[in-house]
Amino acid sequence: MLNLHKNHRNLVLLAFIVFVVLSVGVAIIPAYQMQGYEPIPGQQDLTVQERRGLDIYIAEGCVGCHTQQVRNIEMDAQWGDRPALASDYYYSKKRLDIWRQSPSLLGSERTGPDLTNIGARQPADEWHLLHLYNPRLVVEASIMPQYTWMFHIKDTLQLNDKDITLPRSITEMTGSDVVVAGPDAIDLVAYLKSLQQFSFEDYDPPMDFIPALPKNATAGVGAAASKNPEGAGLFQNNCAACHQTNGRGVKGAFPPLAGSMIVNDKNPEQLIQIIMMGYDARPEYGAMPGLGNNLTDEEIKAITDHERSSWGNNAPEVPLETITRIRDSISNLPI
Amino acid sequence: MNNLLILLQDDLSTENWLTSPGVIGTIILIIIVVFLAIFILIKRLNNYVDLLDKNTEDLTETEFERKLINLSEEEVDDILELRQKGFKIKTEHGTAVIKEIPSNHSGFIKKIIDPKNPLFDEKSKTFDKIKVSPQLREIIVWYLTAAVFWLVFGTLVGQYLGMKFLWPEMDNASWLSFGRLRPVHTNTVFWGWASLAMVGLGHYVVAKTSNCEIFSYRRSKIAFWLMNASVVIGNIFLMAGINNGGGEYREYIWPVMALFAIGLIITFINFYKTVANRKLSEIYISNWFILASLIWTIVLSFIGYIPHYQDGLGETVIQGYYMHQGVGMWFMTFTLGLVYYFLPAALNKPIYSYSLGVLAFWTQMLFYTLIGTHHFVFSPLPWWLQTVAIVFSAGMFIPVFAGSTNFLMTMRGSWNNISKSYVLPFFLVGVVFYFVGSVQGSFQAFRFTNYLWHFTDFNVAHSHMTMYGIITFLLWACVYSLMPKITGIEPPQNLVGAHFWLAFIGLIAYMVSLMVGGTLKGLSWIEGNPFIESVILMKEYWVWRAVGGSLMFISHLIFAYNFYLMVRKQRPITLSRKQKREQQINTP
Repeated sequence: MLNLHKNHRNLVLLAFIVFVVLSVGVAIIPAYQMQGYEPIPGQQDLTVQERRGLDIYIAEGCVGCHTQQVRNIEMDAQWGDRPALASDYYYSKKRLDIWRQSPSLLGSERTGPDLTNIGARQPADEWHLLHLYNPRLVVEASIMPQYTWMFHIKDTLQLNDKDITLPRSITEMTGSDVVVAGPDAIDLVAYLKSLQQFSFEDYDPPMDFIPALPKNATAGVGAAASKNPEGAGLFQNNCAACHQTNGRGVKGAFPPLAGSMIVNDKNPEQLIQIIMMGYDARPEYGAMPGLGNNLTDEEIKAITDHERSSWGNNAPEVPLETITRIRDSISNLPI
Repeated sequence: MNNLLILLQDDLSTENWLTSPGVIGTIILIIIVVFLAIFILIKRLNNYVDLLDKNTEDLTETEFERKLINLSEEEVDDILELRQKGFKIKTEHGTAVIKEIPSNHSGFIKKIIDPKNPLFDEKSKTFDKIKVSPQLREIIVWYLTAAVFWLVFGTLVGQYLGMKFLWPEMDNASWLSFGRLRPVHTNTVFWGWASLAMVGLGHYVVAKTSNCEIFSYRRSKIAFWLMNASVVIGNIFLMAGINNGGGEYREYIWPVMALFAIGLIITFINFYKTVANRKLSEIYISNWFILASLIWTIVLSFIGYIPHYQDGLGETVIQGYYMHQGVGMWFMTFTLGLVYYFLPAALNKPIYSYSLGVLAFWTQMLFYTLIGTHHFVFSPLPWWLQTVAIVFSAGMFIPVFAGSTNFLMTMRGSWNNISKSYVLPFFLVGVVFYFVGSVQGSFQAFRFTNYLWHFTDFNVAHSHMTMYGIITFLLWACVYSLMPKITGIEPPQNLVGAHFWLAFIGLIAYMVSLMVGGTLKGLSWIEGNPFIESVILMKEYWVWRAVGGSLMFISHLIFAYNFYLMVRKQRPITLSRKQKREQQINTP
């Protein structure tokens, strides 16, 4: 009938039609459906500056190494509070302009960390700028490229009020030179800081994280390896980006914890307060964000115990009640 | 759906990850590749030992005959000329002259025995030079020359990127930064190397199997310039930071990709009309694959670039579809079409089963089209779409089994030719990787293996296993089997051997290091270790990847040189010698 072996027209037509039908079914219709999702009530659109930052994020190919996709599996729980939803991408995944399509933000490779929630995890401008200028200044083992061309060197005397500078000591400036962040770097940081997973109070997750290990097995894993493995891991994920794994901080940007008076204080209250509410008392260092909403009391205990028993620090463990008490007193503070 | 989740939870324990079917399957597949390497090596060694055993007088009659027949015109000229010189001296000086003969290669026998190289077995030469029209030859040489250039350029960039994993501070230039160069590497080897090589070789297959000339060589040239312009402009844009949105393989913005798509459309019409003009009633199976892959890819580039359904996660659905079809419908389908012609031609026998080829064709279309979303398992895309993708990924076994069985059965009985031919090892590696790479890809789509390997360097290993192990090796096989036939010049066999082994060993080093490293990375994530540990643990595997990549890159330089030898203009000295002989014959 179709005589495909001899009729080239029928052969090509059939291959064409079947392929188009399959493509419509498996790609175009689902794509239209996915496009129909609406934003979560209260979710914010990107500002003009953040959009400029997104443009740079795409131009520099950040998506090649960084995902923005919290999958519904346990190992992704560290990247966000809940699995990603289609609505999360409502504002960020729009056509960029007439030349460029909607950005492929979900990514397919995680050579660097997922950035869904980087704005919440790392809200400090100073950190982001230093990290862009040279990632190895703040994360020693990083293999991320340095974006030095987004910065320029200026004489201190010619600085004006708007210039955002990087600490001179660690950027190895000589004379009166200082590194100034260019507009691209500032926009990109604004975009990165806007990356915060939108959470809503009475949110009922449609699907919870699928655990990797049976729950009861988790407690036993690695317990033998280190005295306080959970604390070390939590510290690595929440604190080490600034204070460094070795607790020495970054000179001129982030204070050391090794030998710190506050960390080693017999009375841990100030330490716990700083972790919960943040700290910006010393002008020579960057501001620290409060982590009280991201960490549970048990997690804070694990972190403080780790800090107080590592890098030569030697202070007693923190009782859980103290942490709970401080949290209560903070939440009772008049706003 | 709840049941499905519960099932998943049972599966997703990492304690026994080694016994998960996908992981076991992958390990078996890697063993197959290693076995293949050993097989080819033993075949070669065996021959070498034979060679040492044999005395020169053992040279069998058939072999002697073969060598006589295989002597190229040029070599015969050389021998004749030497003999002539010898004769000349003789007539001038009488008997004392024999010592003064300018060369000891003065007879056929010497010529036959001397070239025995102890390092490798001499391969049989391609028999006749095939008559092709100068226009066809010209267009093939055009396409392949550009392809070879893009291969060297693209893998140079790839090599540089691989080194950046070890030395991230190699440079400070914006246009050389990792994020901008990565798509330059992938797009160059896709649209520059593999696509142009395929279309160039396709010209020969379409013309040859239709037994007529290509419909319009002028159009072929227009398509050639369009596609090359697309790669040149696209790469400049990428390095300048202008890309379409970061979606893999569609990083070129639409005006640039439109050039390529127009090139495809012109090529399709050109090939279609050539097939329509064919002198035989049947359409050879290669043309099924070639025409279909062109029409599918044209559809694909439209679907990939039309914006109306690509806001929000619509873009993600299309991205999964597009990147998988780009590989499956364009590179894989077209290359299979080439192999259905070049493999039987190289073995000088018909394809094992024509109907198996037809089955492979339709199942390729049916299954490959539906599996794009397996790049986004566990993402917020609809669960049903993910499940369809996973199920049909398993369905991919059918076309893959059909194809690789067909090729292997065609090769059956000709295994001894492997040590005698420099083309067959390329085919064999390509076909085995077709099986191994595709089946491994299907395993990778399973939920547990995806859980373990997704986002890790394992993906990079997989894409090199397929785009390099399958497509590139098969394209090399086709180039080496075609070029000597249409230009009449063979590359030196030791250089082809060097090309083969460097590329093959390099690929294995590349692939295994990233697979092992990727697995450890996935396990580290599952255990909930701090992220930076997974970066640190990869360091040594990235070193081995760079080593493997270097071997691959060196092999491409050798390939480029071999290619140059095959297409360079005939040395004028040959002509003048011929003329001399003619003059001598003509003058009494």
